[in-house]
Amino acid sequence: MDGSLLEPTLYILKGMVIMDNDGNRILAKYFDTVNFPTIKEQKAFEKNLFTKTHRANSEVIMLDGLTCVYKSNVDLFFYVMGSCNDNELLLMAVLHCLYDSVSQILRKNVEKKALLENMDVVMLAMDEISDGGIILEADPNAVCQRVALRADDIPIGEQTVAQVLQTAKEQLKWSLLK
Amino acid sequence: MIAFKREKKEEEEASSNPYQNLEKTTVLQEARAFNDNVINHRKCTLILSKILYLLNQGESFGTTEATETFFAMTRLFQSKDPVLRRMVYLGIKELSHIAEDVIIVTSSLTKDMTGKEDHYRGAAIRALCTITDSSMLQALERYLKQAIVDKLPSVSSAALVRAYHLTSTNGELVKRWVSEAQEAINSDNVMVQYHALGVLYHIRKADRLAVTKLVGKLAKSHLKSPFAVALLIRIAAKLVDEEDNPVESPFFDFLEACLRHKSELVIFEAAHAIINLKKITPRELNPAISVLQLFCSSSKPALKFAAVRTLNKVAITHPASVTNCNVDLENLITDPNRSIATLAITTLLKTGAESSIDRLMKQIASFVSEISDEFKVVVVQAIKSLCLKFPRKHSTLMQFLSALLRDEGGLDYKAAIADTIITIIEENPEAKETGLSHLCEFIEDCEHTSLAVRILHLLAPVRAAAVSALAQFAAFCPNLLSNILVLLMRCQMDSDDEVRDRATLYYQLLSTDNKTLTNQYILNTLQSSVVALEKALGSYIQSSTDQPFDIKAVPLVQAVPEGPKAAPTFDAPKKQEINKPVVNEASFTDELTKIPELARIPLGGLFKSCEKQQLTEAETEYVVTVKKHVFNRFFVLQFGVQNTLADQLLEKVHIQLELPDGFNQVAEVRIPKLPYNQPATAYAVVTWPDDIEVASSGTIGAALKFVVKDCDPDTGLPDSDEGYDDEYVLEDIDISLCDHLLGVSRPNFAASWDELKEEREETYALSSASSIPEAVKNITSFLGIQPCDRTDRVPEGKSSHVLLLAGVFRGGVEVLAKAKLVLSDGVNLQLTVRSPIDSIAELITSAIG
Repeated sequence: MDGSLLEPTLYILKGMVIMDNDGNRILAKYFDTVNFPTIKEQKAFEKNLFTKTHRANSEVIMLDGLTCVYKSNVDLFFYVMGSCNDNELLLMAVLHCLYDSVSQILRKNVEKKALLENMDVVMLAMDEISDGGIILEADPNAVCQRVALRADDIPIGEQTVAQVLQTAKEQLKWSLLK
Repeated sequence: MIAFKREKKEEEEASSNPYQNLEKTTVLQEARAFNDNVINHRKCTLILSKILYLLNQGESFGTTEATETFFAMTRLFQSKDPVLRRMVYLGIKELSHIAEDVIIVTSSLTKDMTGKEDHYRGAAIRALCTITDSSMLQALERYLKQAIVDKLPSVSSAALVRAYHLTSTNGELVKRWVSEAQEAINSDNVMVQYHALGVLYHIRKADRLAVTKLVGKLAKSHLKSPFAVALLIRIAAKLVDEEDNPVESPFFDFLEACLRHKSELVIFEAAHAIINLKKITPRELNPAISVLQLFCSSSKPALKFAAVRTLNKVAITHPASVTNCNVDLENLITDPNRSIATLAITTLLKTGAESSIDRLMKQIASFVSEISDEFKVVVVQAIKSLCLKFPRKHSTLMQFLSALLRDEGGLDYKAAIADTIITIIEENPEAKETGLSHLCEFIEDCEHTSLAVRILHLLAPVRAAAVSALAQFAAFCPNLLSNILVLLMRCQMDSDDEVRDRATLYYQLLSTDNKTLTNQYILNTLQSSVVALEKALGSYIQSSTDQPFDIKAVPLVQAVPEGPKAAPTFDAPKKQEINKPVVNEASFTDELTKIPELARIPLGGLFKSCEKQQLTEAETEYVVTVKKHVFNRFFVLQFGVQNTLADQLLEKVHIQLELPDGFNQVAEVRIPKLPYNQPATAYAVVTWPDDIEVASSGTIGAALKFVVKDCDPDTGLPDSDEGYDDEYVLEDIDISLCDHLLGVSRPNFAASWDELKEEREETYALSSASSIPEAVKNITSFLGIQPCDRTDRVPEGKSSHVLLLAGVFRGGVEVLAKAKLVLSDGVNLQLTVRSPIDSIAELITSAIG
């Protein structure tokens, strides 16, 4: 492992997780059956990961032999895991894609409530980003184009009103909290 | 109020969160809606989301449950809603591992895959490939090959990625798709390019020539996708690494060129590849290290992390090359990201000078508790190499390690620390003591059995000592006895012989609950001379062994007096002999058995040898010394005789003794010839009087008797055969009480004292002593037995003191004495003596005065 060259493989990702601010899993995908054979190992890892990362917002951590890159917003935490020898910037590209896709899907409203309302589309987005540990798509626009189809359902006018109201509500809430 | 708010908040959440407290059975019941005549796609999408959410949370579905859900789900193909359709694909993928007969959806998916609805096609391919087995794959091959070269990137990527997955199960089939993959590599879409390269390499990786051609072509083609370039770098690096001289490989230029790529991802990949080449020289390393150095001052944590992580690795193999980055690394040691800071520090530890170690260790100690175990392992390994590099720094580093050992941490981490300490101990004897003590402390409450066992193995001698210590605890504190017995019982299964033996002995002793036994064998350990005991046991086994072995016949070890000797002895080399009574006694017994006249006397074991005494003035014609060797029934006088007259030869030299009543001389050994300046030894064996009071004091008159012959001082040959008798009067030899007593150490005086019941008591006024320390000294030297419990040290300015003394009387009879001293005009003494034999106690009490 030490000083060795990286294997030319497409299998880069070991997992992707979205957690809430209590460290509970909202969505998770693992592609590594060696380190994470069952849900038990996954949850233990997530618990550890969350305690190590929820306070320090520093983007990257090495944990249990994996490199984990992460990003958080309001009450959501996004994680992408890869091998500890792998190129961190590849993982960062995937993390950005995951976060920006979710952000587009939730119309920049990256928080738990909005995510739960759009759970189906977020699931599809995660499916579009990675297929069995291979990076399928790393461009958030492409991902959203492939999954964000809900727009057709809601009439344009209604959508904007709802959107405006939602944004106003959010901004009020945050200004009060601050 | 707060409680109310919380309740309200929970209510609110419950109403808005359809995924809270989901019950599998409820959701499966809801799934019946899939069978409705008119499909409500919003409702069904939510139900499907819930099912997928439950699966994602780790809820387990039985085969029947899964199969039923799966079949209900197939009805949803009737709906035209794109999100619902896509959710069905996800459902198929998730349930395909659990449900049975999943191939039922093959035709629906094939239709979607080849259909007009572009949104479905890519996802349909991926879903389809999860449910098909190799036999069905043949039928699908045509569609998949077409999909690879589809103009739609999502379709092409989906087909390529699935092909990549299939290589592990259907490698031969996928190999037939080479030309399609080759075509796809020219796609405008970056992801298709990346996936196509992955598939192509995977198909051809066994064929070195094909790979070389592939890399050669693509290295010049300027791939658009950074991911694809990164992958190409990995492929190229593998080829370069196989060369004897990597720099000569055509692809090395490609790697170097990638250091100037516009994407940081590619630059890092290239730098990483160059650094990890096996045969790289420091000169070729420099460009790669320079880019990493630049990354170190980036604002992006991931980039800094990647750079410093890689530098950390290079520092192991090429520390000198990394020293250029020291300034940049110094800036990173206070980075808010602890992982980056730790890597920076450990890199500096590898490249830095000895002088910077203390500072770096201080810095790292400030946040070591916040970093993850992986990094702690990195830190520990850095310390390990440091310790080997700078042995003088072991105390700083060991201290740090012991602090780490006390912290929380997993097995790997603790094992790394223990490993490091063990290595340091082995490499650096100076660090041994501290290292061992840290390890001992650690295993006291070590939760990892495997680790504790390993350390305990290292500590086998310590373990044996621990068993003895435990036994002592038990003997001192009877209320711990039961617990300690359990511990000792376990120790009897130890892998080490010594530990087992000790545990068995102590366990048996302690279980008898016999105070005398525990006192003799645990509290007051063996006082026999080990060398002599071994010899005695050896000869005992050789004999008929009819009689039980008498340990009292084995010479005792005289407790070595503390502090320097008051009177310097006659000659320096001999002084050492006195300080080593063990060797002395054993060798003396040996010496005696070699002399036939003495060997026939049943002397028994040597009790003690007294100090050498001068029987002549210094600078006289003849120098005579005497040494008393005390045995149970006899004492041997060993005379060292030296003739200092060059013109005289002495013959038939012997010492004539004038013994007091009761003493009888039973043998003597003469010196046949005593030339000038050649020391020789004469012996006399005397029996002790039966009455110990008579034996305890007396004066033996002595005279040296010999025949003198004049001789030539140069040759030493006598002038004639005629000589004349002469006599030389020596000083008297004193017999005193201390000849009969041997001081032994009694670690637990009180216990031994309580054991003996018979006592004699006497009070004296000591006129000779004016202070308590002086009295203590006089008493100790007069009785010749050992002060216990440090009572020979009198605290200054005290007007009363109790001196505790322990010894053995000739014949192995135990003697204990308590001397209470009170300072008045002179010193008043109350002496209490306990001994199993009353007459001995009486003798000792009455002897002072």
